[in-house]
Amino acid sequence: MDVLGLDTLDVARWQFGITTVYHFLMVPLTLGLGLLVAVMHTLWVRTNRPEWLRMTRFWGRIFLINFALGVATGLVQEFQFGLAWSEYSRFVGDVFGSLLALEALLAFFLESTFLGLWIFGWGRIPKKLHLASLWAAVIGSWISAYFIIAANSWMQHPVGVEVGTDGRPVQVDFGAVLTNNTALAAYSHTLAAATMVAGALLVGIGLWHLRKRKLADQPVTDVDHAVWRKSVRLGGWVSLVAFVLVAVTGDFQAKLMYEQQPLKMSSAEALCETEAPAPFSIFAFGKLGSNECDDVHSWTVPGLLSFLAHSDFETAVPGVNELQEEYAAVYGETYPDDPSFGERAGGEIDYTPLLAVTYWSFRLMIGMGLVSAGVAAYALWSTRRGRVPTSRIGVYGSLLAVAAPFVANATGWIFTEMGRQPFVVYPNPDVPVGEQVYFFTAQAVSPGVSTGEVWTSLIGLTLVYGVLAVVELWLITRFVRRGITTGDGSPTPVTLPSQRDGDDDPGGPPRDRTDDDVLSFAY
Amino acid sequence: MDLQTLWFAAVAVLWIGFLLLEGFDFGVAALLPVLGRRTADRHLMLRTIGPVWDGNEVWLITAAGAVFAAFPGWYATWLPALYLPFVLVLFGLIIRAVAFEWRHSHHTAAWDTTWTRVITAGSLIAALGVGAALGATTLGLPIDADGNRVGGPFAGVGWSALLGAVAVLAFSVVHGAVFLALKTDGPIRAAAHAFALRWAPVAALPLLAWAGITHLRYGTPFTAVLWLVAALSVVVAWARLRVGREGQAFAAWGAMLVAAAATIFGAAYPVVVPSTIDAAFDVTVADASVSDYTLTVMTWAAGIGLPVVLGYQAWTYWVFRKRLTAEPQHPGPEHAEEQVAA
Ligand code: HDD
Ligand code: HEM
Ligand code: HEM
Repeated sequence: MDVLGLDTLDVARWQFGITTVYHFLMVPLTLGLGLLVAVMHTLWVRTNRPEWLRMTRFWGRIFLINFALGVATGLVQEFQFGLAWSEYSRFVGDVFGSLLALEALLAFFLESTFLGLWIFGWGRIPKKLHLASLWAAVIGSWISAYFIIAANSWMQHPVGVEVGTDGRPVQVDFGAVLTNNTALAAYSHTLAAATMVAGALLVGIGLWHLRKRKLADQPVTDVDHAVWRKSVRLGGWVSLVAFVLVAVTGDFQAKLMYEQQPLKMSSAEALCETEAPAPFSIFAFGKLGSNECDDVHSWTVPGLLSFLAHSDFETAVPGVNELQEEYAAVYGETYPDDPSFGERAGGEIDYTPLLAVTYWSFRLMIGMGLVSAGVAAYALWSTRRGRVPTSRIGVYGSLLAVAAPFVANATGWIFTEMGRQPFVVYPNPDVPVGEQVYFFTAQAVSPGVSTGEVWTSLIGLTLVYGVLAVVELWLITRFVRRGITTGDGSPTPVTLPSQRDGDDDPGGPPRDRTDDDVLSFAY
Repeated sequence: MDLQTLWFAAVAVLWIGFLLLEGFDFGVAALLPVLGRRTADRHLMLRTIGPVWDGNEVWLITAAGAVFAAFPGWYATWLPALYLPFVLVLFGLIIRAVAFEWRHSHHTAAWDTTWTRVITAGSLIAALGVGAALGATTLGLPIDADGNRVGGPFAGVGWSALLGAVAVLAFSVVHGAVFLALKTDGPIRAAAHAFALRWAPVAALPLLAWAGITHLRYGTPFTAVLWLVAALSVVVAWARLRVGREGQAFAAWGAMLVAAAATIFGAAYPVVVPSTIDAAFDVTVADASVSDYTLTVMTWAAGIGLPVVLGYQAWTYWVFRKRLTAEPQHPGPEHAEEQVAA
């Protein structure tokens, strides 16, 4: 079955791309907002100031609504490798599966168990223990990100393995897999990027509420004002700092990429011929979409690409045309005539990823990050020394810009993942050619699964995800508009009935009868 | 014991842990329309599993992850052979996960009813689906020499899958009922108790049949003993329920699952996916496993990590050990504002 001319491989790729990018809309918010809510909760426990409690409850609620969808979509991820990519799973089994299993064992348990304790623990367990359980959950999510990024980075840059009898990697050094420089760089970059997402959310929503309150002449002295103001200030500073970190770690990644995946680098720039010094392209026009490199022209900043790749403004950066030939010489002009390559057996291999995708996704990532940093600077400036901005453009623009770091995250991944095509496991250039482990995406798909089956799941998942997105956005919007109130419209609780400082022992006899009703708050 | 056998056992333990824990929250969810006639009753039932269901679900993720990690050949044969059924299970799990959180994110009766129903539906699909997948991997899938499915998308769903599906659901429903009897007080406790007493003997049959068939096919005297333990546990569970000892009944019913699942995995070993086409195509532990080096790394990680996980999960059950009742006797925390001002 060849609907739209797509074979099983194409459909499976669409499915993986759609579900993963979708999962990665929730993930950065969980990682970033989790951290900020834990900070708010800590500040409340330390200062006892009511605005910190309200902030914890308001942002904590958004965190939880989002978390649920993160869990739901993560489940799909866990099973996808086996379902649609069984040959990939067989091939990488010696390295890859253990990282997923360890992620579940060492991180997901921590995350889910302690989050349950945090949600239901309000007023039921001692204050400090309750706070510690949120930290445990957040640390769990940060650990989980490490394992999954280590798994992904191993595909980008396989280390710690030797070639086994049937060409499959055999793991020889688990430590090397965990300390892969690609993983360390990607992890710090991704987490900084996740923090930007949370910062932008605080800024956008906080400014909107501040403006609304000011237009309605509400007092600037009450707790709610403090809540929104502190959210904006916290979010603004966090965004700016995170942006600096994102730029620094991104620069580091670019340097690794220059060594590890030079074709991805020059595709990101649509740099056709080797140039020294190499320019950084700002805007390209021509036949980018048809992957005809020589018909692409761009406006450039001289020398900047040399700097990004190599820290000086002189060094040559190899062009797409030259690299394409080098790869073809080493890894073959055509796919082997072997049934494991399906319809592609014997076909020509294009080592250049889709230029339009790599080029524009790289620019969108950086551009959206700049937008977000700009908004953060605006928010900090316009709220300096107690001011409240009333500019429609400024405030609604900031609200709209909440989307910017989400887009940057998604395009960053699209760049990373599509930039490594046609390989699913990219050969590691530090290893002599004959001993390299690599695997073409064309070999990775499940041979026993029909195109129709993958279409069915792709359509089904996309529809379900679409419905979930609508409900999720509706819930969050409604909740955000309403501001700091509980579900029934009354103000958020400032303290909870039985929340006392660490004097109650969860192991001791039941203290009073409020335990049950505190539970009923959540359920 | 060599590492492959150890990891086969570890995978079995993880699946058993999943069925034991998530089993009762599948069961409670399935019983919502049966026992939870009033809204307050349904909320009470949901509160018994609220703090723990997500942690329980991670047992599924870990069990599947461990199959991938230790036996990629098993994972890569099993999942594509049951592609659409697994996708259906994922749908069940997705709608269930969001329903738990979303249900109380908005407050109208219709909203509440809808998401409560979604929790039930998602749990039913997931319990049936996981049972079907486990049934098929222990009793046979139509796979060829390369581990690829022969036949159409549903060729893998035969009587073995159906038996597994019914067995897991029936076990879970009674498990959930005993759990409710143990965790609540008031009318729900009585109703759950009566339900479990009535259905336990019947609900055990499919699981015992599944274990019995696996034993008769590949078993050893040792698995015969395990099967007898399982059967005996049903009797004990029922007798303890009769005298109102819910805690002991819960333990005995759980022991039934452990013994039955141990019979199944013990008998099937070393085959992980039997082929219904030709026994020569069976995927065994040795075919499917990763290198000893990787297994050693994971043994260390699991040896340290698993006891810690068990420790803190047990501790959360301890924190939430109180029996719950339907009506809150105090104003909710919404009224806390005044208390602070005071
Ligand atoms: C808010 C999000 C965000 C922002 C503002 C940036 N990035 Fe980024 N970037 C990501 C979010 C991201 C990401 C989604 O997290 C990726 C995908 C994979 C990864 O490791 O991080 C990524 C990947 C990624 C890669 C690819 C790594 C690879 O394929 O191996 C490079 C070279 C950069 N980034 C470089 C930069 C630079 C120089 C930036 C300048 C400011 C930048 N990023 C901003
Ligand atoms: C450990 C983490 C990850 C792993 C193991 C992984 C692995 C894969 C695999 C196996 C494919 C399909 C084969 C292919 O087309 O190359 C793929 C494609 C893709 N992934 Fe990832 N991925 C990971 C993380 C992510 C994340 C977080 C995102 C984005 C948010 C992402 C975005 C994509 C996209 C857009 C594709 C489609 C690319 C294409 O088909 O050309 N990936 N990835
Ligand atoms: C493609 C590979 C991926 C797989 C197999 C995967 C698997 C999962 C699973 C099974 C869950 C649910 C856990 C639960 O029930 O508690 C989950 C959630 C989560 N994942 Fe992923 N994931 C992938 C990509 C990523 C990436 C690249 C990151 C981080 C950089 C990430 C970070 C998280 C986090 C923080 C959660 C917690 C819940 C949430 O995000 O809302 N995941 N993932």
